[in-house]
Amino acid sequence: MVHVSATPVLALRGVSKRFGAVQALTDVELEVHAGEVVALVGDNGAGKSTLVKTIAGVHPIDDGVIEWEGSAVQINKPHDAQNLGIATVYQDLALCDNIDVVGNLYLGREIRKRGILDEVEMERRARELLTTLSIRIPSVRIPIASLSGGQRQTVAIARSMLGEPKLVILDEPTAALGVEQTAQVLDLVERLRDRGHAVILISHNMADVKAVADKVAVLRLGRNNGVFDVKSTSQEEIISAITGATDNAVTRRAARNVEAQK
Amino acid sequence: MSTDKTSPAVGKTPAAPADTAPSDTAPADTAPVDAPAPAPAAVTAVDPRLLVREQGFAGYLGEFKRKMRAGDLGSIPVVIGLLVICVIFQGLNENFLSAGNLSNIAVSMVATGMMAVGIIFVLLLGEIDLSVGSVSGVSGAIVAVLSVTNGINEWLAIVAAITGGALIGAIHGFFFARIGAPAFAVTLSGLLFWQGFMLQLLGSNGTINLDSDGLVGQLTTYYFSDVAAAYGLALVAVVAFFLSSFTDSRRREAAGVPSRPLSEIALRTGLLAVIAFAAAATFNQYKGLPLAVLLFLVVLVASDFVLRRTAYGRKIFALGGSVEASRRAGINVTAVRISVFAIAGTFAAVGGLFWASKIAAANQSAGAGDLLMNVIAAAVIGGTSLFGGRGRTWNALLGVMVITSIQYGLALEGIATPIQYMITGGVLLATVVIDSVTRKTQKTAGRA
Repeated sequence: MVHVSATPVLALRGVSKRFGAVQALTDVELEVHAGEVVALVGDNGAGKSTLVKTIAGVHPIDDGVIEWEGSAVQINKPHDAQNLGIATVYQDLALCDNIDVVGNLYLGREIRKRGILDEVEMERRARELLTTLSIRIPSVRIPIASLSGGQRQTVAIARSMLGEPKLVILDEPTAALGVEQTAQVLDLVERLRDRGHAVILISHNMADVKAVADKVAVLRLGRNNGVFDVKSTSQEEIISAITGATDNAVTRRAARNVEAQK
Repeated sequence: MSTDKTSPAVGKTPAAPADTAPSDTAPADTAPVDAPAPAPAAVTAVDPRLLVREQGFAGYLGEFKRKMRAGDLGSIPVVIGLLVICVIFQGLNENFLSAGNLSNIAVSMVATGMMAVGIIFVLLLGEIDLSVGSVSGVSGAIVAVLSVTNGINEWLAIVAAITGGALIGAIHGFFFARIGAPAFAVTLSGLLFWQGFMLQLLGSNGTINLDSDGLVGQLTTYYFSDVAAAYGLALVAVVAFFLSSFTDSRRREAAGVPSRPLSEIALRTGLLAVIAFAAAATFNQYKGLPLAVLLFLVVLVASDFVLRRTAYGRKIFALGGSVEASRRAGINVTAVRISVFAIAGTFAAVGGLFWASKIAAANQSAGAGDLLMNVIAAAVIGGTSLFGGRGRTWNALLGVMVITSIQYGLALEGIATPIQYMITGGVLLATVVIDSVTRKTQKTAGRA
């Protein structure tokens, strides 16, 4: 069902990030292919947000290599990431409540005709975009303030799609959403994948992860703690990787044996 | 429990996203067994919750009613307020609605109105500029000192005064946007500083008389006495409005997005025509079309265009909605903020010229008294939100009409300033109350 390209769209090789005395990320590896949803999970403080911010260019990395479609790139500021084709939807959606849906979709990149806003063209394209993503909102001409939480989330995601990004990063898109709204957002994530976008999905909700993700990358205390295939892994295994329950007597003895053999 | 859940689920199926069914990824077990799968054609059917306006005039009426219920009153309270004011003062004195009085009101409201346009820009950011009164005084003083005392060409003096206003505003903007001081505090200190600056400019004698036939003097005294001027302007306005609405509607139709029905455009044009020609007839009964009113209308049209049709205006609204969202959208927050304060300063200076013109002098009391309050009140009464992100510059016209009509009405009755202050204060309070109440209604209707 998932067509995975040979070269990953984005690959992190041994990425490390330090904030003063805190080592936020240590030698993190991550690969995302086109048409693939990778869920990034981990406990609070595991480094999920830091990792996403390094990809989005908010925090430049200290060590390691970021590869974009097979070649090493420097991502030092948000603009670099946008130019590569990385779109990030943060948890606080950053929409303007007083402006209508069309205005928010095109905020900062308005279509102009002879210096004047081309409202008709923006509205037409906005409708087209929302239709292709099967997003249903009451009207594209009502202010964001009158939309529900789920609708706002879908608008924020649609906004990220305008630049035709290759990689979309969604930071906790279903947090604080109701059942029906969560379903809408998850549907949208699947449609992004079907359109060939690579998606990184940060979530605390295992049910969501199981529902839409292809791979689950677990972070624990700033390090990789396994990448699992969703189909063949049970929820318990993932949760134990998140909480570190795998770190038990058996695994420690195994690790020591490996070390002893070296 | 399970039966309770299925029955609403089945009932909801058409309204709930029907796209889950055709999607190949949807697990089969989520589809209710007894609910027929929607036919492919049904997927594009209109969701009953969507606010799709019916075509034609009925749809327009329906939307109007819905807006009223949702508390989206627009300018209706102000228009009603204006009618009430007219009825009351006409009842007290039959001269109130005379052509002469209305024409005088129109001319004298321009000074406050110009300043209100500037303050609306600042209010849209969710900020306030308390210095506009003092800045208007400085502008009058600059013109007087340059043209009368130093004998410089009056055009140059006017340009200098307006540039000075823009510069003063930019300085306020710099301290607010770049240094991060609260706009309230920056412009409050500006209020005092520029008042002092004006007194310094005017020197010891305090009043500089302007030539009442000069450029500044003519601002409020020149009338286009030819009857054709007022009617021509009204005709141009009506035709321009109709053509722009009509072509816009045609373009929208061609692009396949909802457009205004012709009947609605006709209704709006008709309404505008009635108002425009009534105003023109009134002006022509007295001295003709006042230059001041023409300039004010030009400013209103231009500023409304900038705010609603350009990317720059969109940035101002965005900043009033969410600074963080604007920043992430790549908007240069500092530059927009500084420019908006510069615009407020510019319009304050322009307003100052009209004040100077009205008394044909620059004196020490310019920009003092209730001017600042009237300017802010005009913007707010017109419907500009104090919380940012909501409002139009046309609001300045309505608001300043209310304020000036009250002043003139009370003056006709010979009611003194103390009472005037109290009544104006009461009207402002009433407006803020209406704004707050409608805001609450809007919240409950999901439209904040």
